[in-house]
Amino acid sequence: MTEIKKLIDENGLRVDGRKLDEIRPIKIEIGLLANADGSAYIEQGRNKIIVAVYGPREAQPKHIGLHDRAAIRCRYHMAPFSTDERKSPAPSRREIEISKVIREALEPVIFSEYYPRSMIDIFIEVLQSDGGSRCAAITASSLALADAGIPLKDLVAACAVGKIDGKLAVDLSDVEDKLGEADMPIAYIPALRKISLIQMDGIFTEEEFFKALNMAKDACMKIYKIQKEALKQKYLQTEKE
Amino acid sequence: MSVTSQVEPLTKIKSKRMMKLLASGKRLDGRGLLDYREIKIENGVVEKAEGSALVSMGNTKVLVGVKIETGQPYPDLPNQGALTVNAEFVPLAYKYFEPGPPDENSIELARLVDRGIRESKTIDMEKLVIIPGKEVYVVFVDVYILDHDGNLVDAAGLAAISAILNAKLPVYRVKENGEVIKMDEYVPLPVQNCPIPVTMVKIDDKILVDPTLDEENMASAKLTITLTKNGEICAMQKSGLGAFTLDEIVEAQKIARKKSSEIREKFFREWC
Amino acid sequence: MKMVEKRQLVVPGDLLAEGDYVAGENTYKEGNRIYSQKIGLVDFDDKKIFVVPLKGRYIPKIGDVVIGQIVDVSLSGWTVDINSPYKAVLGVPEVVGKSFSPKLDSLTKILDVGDVIVGKIVSFDRTKDPALTIKDKDLGKISDGIIVKLTPTKVPRLIGKKGSMINMIKRETGCEIIVGQNGRIFIRSRNPEKIELVVKAIKMVEEQAHTTGLTDRVKEFLKIEKGVKND
Repeated sequence: MTEIKKLIDENGLRVDGRKLDEIRPIKIEIGLLANADGSAYIEQGRNKIIVAVYGPREAQPKHIGLHDRAAIRCRYHMAPFSTDERKSPAPSRREIEISKVIREALEPVIFSEYYPRSMIDIFIEVLQSDGGSRCAAITASSLALADAGIPLKDLVAACAVGKIDGKLAVDLSDVEDKLGEADMPIAYIPALRKISLIQMDGIFTEEEFFKALNMAKDACMKIYKIQKEALKQKYLQTEKE
Repeated sequence: MSVTSQVEPLTKIKSKRMMKLLASGKRLDGRGLLDYREIKIENGVVEKAEGSALVSMGNTKVLVGVKIETGQPYPDLPNQGALTVNAEFVPLAYKYFEPGPPDENSIELARLVDRGIRESKTIDMEKLVIIPGKEVYVVFVDVYILDHDGNLVDAAGLAAISAILNAKLPVYRVKENGEVIKMDEYVPLPVQNCPIPVTMVKIDDKILVDPTLDEENMASAKLTITLTKNGEICAMQKSGLGAFTLDEIVEAQKIARKKSSEIREKFFREWC
Repeated sequence: MKMVEKRQLVVPGDLLAEGDYVAGENTYKEGNRIYSQKIGLVDFDDKKIFVVPLKGRYIPKIGDVVIGQIVDVSLSGWTVDINSPYKAVLGVPEVVGKSFSPKLDSLTKILDVGDVIVGKIVSFDRTKDPALTIKDKDLGKISDGIIVKLTPTKVPRLIGKKGSMINMIKRETGCEIIVGQNGRIFIRSRNPEKIELVVKAIKMVEEQAHTTGLTDRVKEFLKIEKGVKND
């Protein structure tokens, strides 16, 4: 029997109490892994994602090395216990596609031409997933790259905008994504004012699309501020000690 | 097919220093041969999982998630639930871990942790039946290495047992028409033991517990012994290119017995 | 127009200045705006703006003294791990002189996998791995002592202006110390307690490299620690 779940109540609030333009609470930890050259951990709502960066290091196998720039390797992977139903640890087609779009979201900011014939690895592990994990992963990956001392044009902030119960809403959770009518993740580079990731599934009118794009950009700017704060906090902390 | 693997070599001056310290019963990080690094255990770190635990031993960090689903029983064990242990040596944990399917080290670790839990009958599998012969609980224990500085087996074993002790089992009810429905109710997993693995390495003729990555790379051989709360040995595994004398194995067993009780007393008091 | 103060902590993408400025190390210019590329402290040298990074891998520079570990031996020489994205090459002529004719097992008698060396970078460009020599004075194989790690970007701080910090540490502890630009430091002394002092001093630099007055604080710390031991 189908029970139509309302995603927005009479007061305009969502299932988790948020307003339409509100992002989920974000918690960030930087440099938490001893082995990685750079690392970051993010909680966004119930998403829990850890990212490690290794590099620049020697390209292995040698043939993936490029003569004029560093090769970026990116792996987005979900832990078997990260979802409601256990997921097989083998990479799915979805994870393979997401690995590619995340890499291409970050490549434009990395000065890879400084390190020809080497390799920079970005390893993303989703420990718990609740919608919008590719965006949270990009947000954390930027921080892990900065933590590794890799020269960047800017940090990349990412967020999705979707349509639930006919209305545009920011940072969809898993249930909103599953029951909603559209989802559009974007990644934004504020210093360059450019978008390095945009995907969409569902249905948008032209007007909805323009509105959504601007809502997403605004959400990304909020997240960008949080990223910068987190970096400064981490390094100012060391100064106080 | 198994192939001798490359080990990350220590510099000669580091290995010289390690050997000199060992001769006087000390290690590079100041510990005695039978001292553990600081152990921290945090439970419930992944709420979506039915059970989870994050263990750190020094810089080694291992996360275990327990997922409980339902499925068909093994044909030769129709009145028991099923248990599967899997380990992922994810590339973020160590510069030499490559992405890909589990390699022989990851599989060995998973099977060793599995034997510790299974042979000690830690989970009462007979209580995990929903419809005998048709529908049983399937317990998935997934070991996730997050940061590798040696002794992954002990960290994984501790995280697994902690996750299991704190896991919640979703209650399923069978209706008269045979339909199985999930209730919004949880009970603890039926746990009846608490196996603790103790891994030791042999360097020269000395036996050390809780090896760091450098110590594992220097060691000629490694031995894990898992003991139950009653002091029974429920799993053992030797690995590495070297070999142990019988006396060394007997000594190792004594050490493991003592250390596993100490750890059980410290972290799992209700199981002593 | 400058948007930041000297020694302010900046992160990638932070706007440092707009206008007629020159983009120095670890910054880049887009149009007439200069941005930071890394996490670090911003500084100015007249019209040039640069960032001193808090973290980063070692990128070889010709003339740098580095401490490395032999990881492979072949007929033409040795491969050395210098804590960099690029492994360094140590050719036979840079070790023994041109008239030597090598056979593989006589090479391992000179330097083997696991040996530690102090070398100097003699060449490096974008198309070739860095090359080392150990023939100069004060270079060569290290047989004992310990190696301590330090983030490579903090090495200049450990050395100090005209060597002020490192010379002070050597004086206060009496240890032999060789600082590799690649973030590896060699310490040797007959007295293991003195070595511990140097290790602690290096840790202070690692944690406080971006603060002022560090040389004095390290000197104070060493004096106090030595005083404690003498009681």
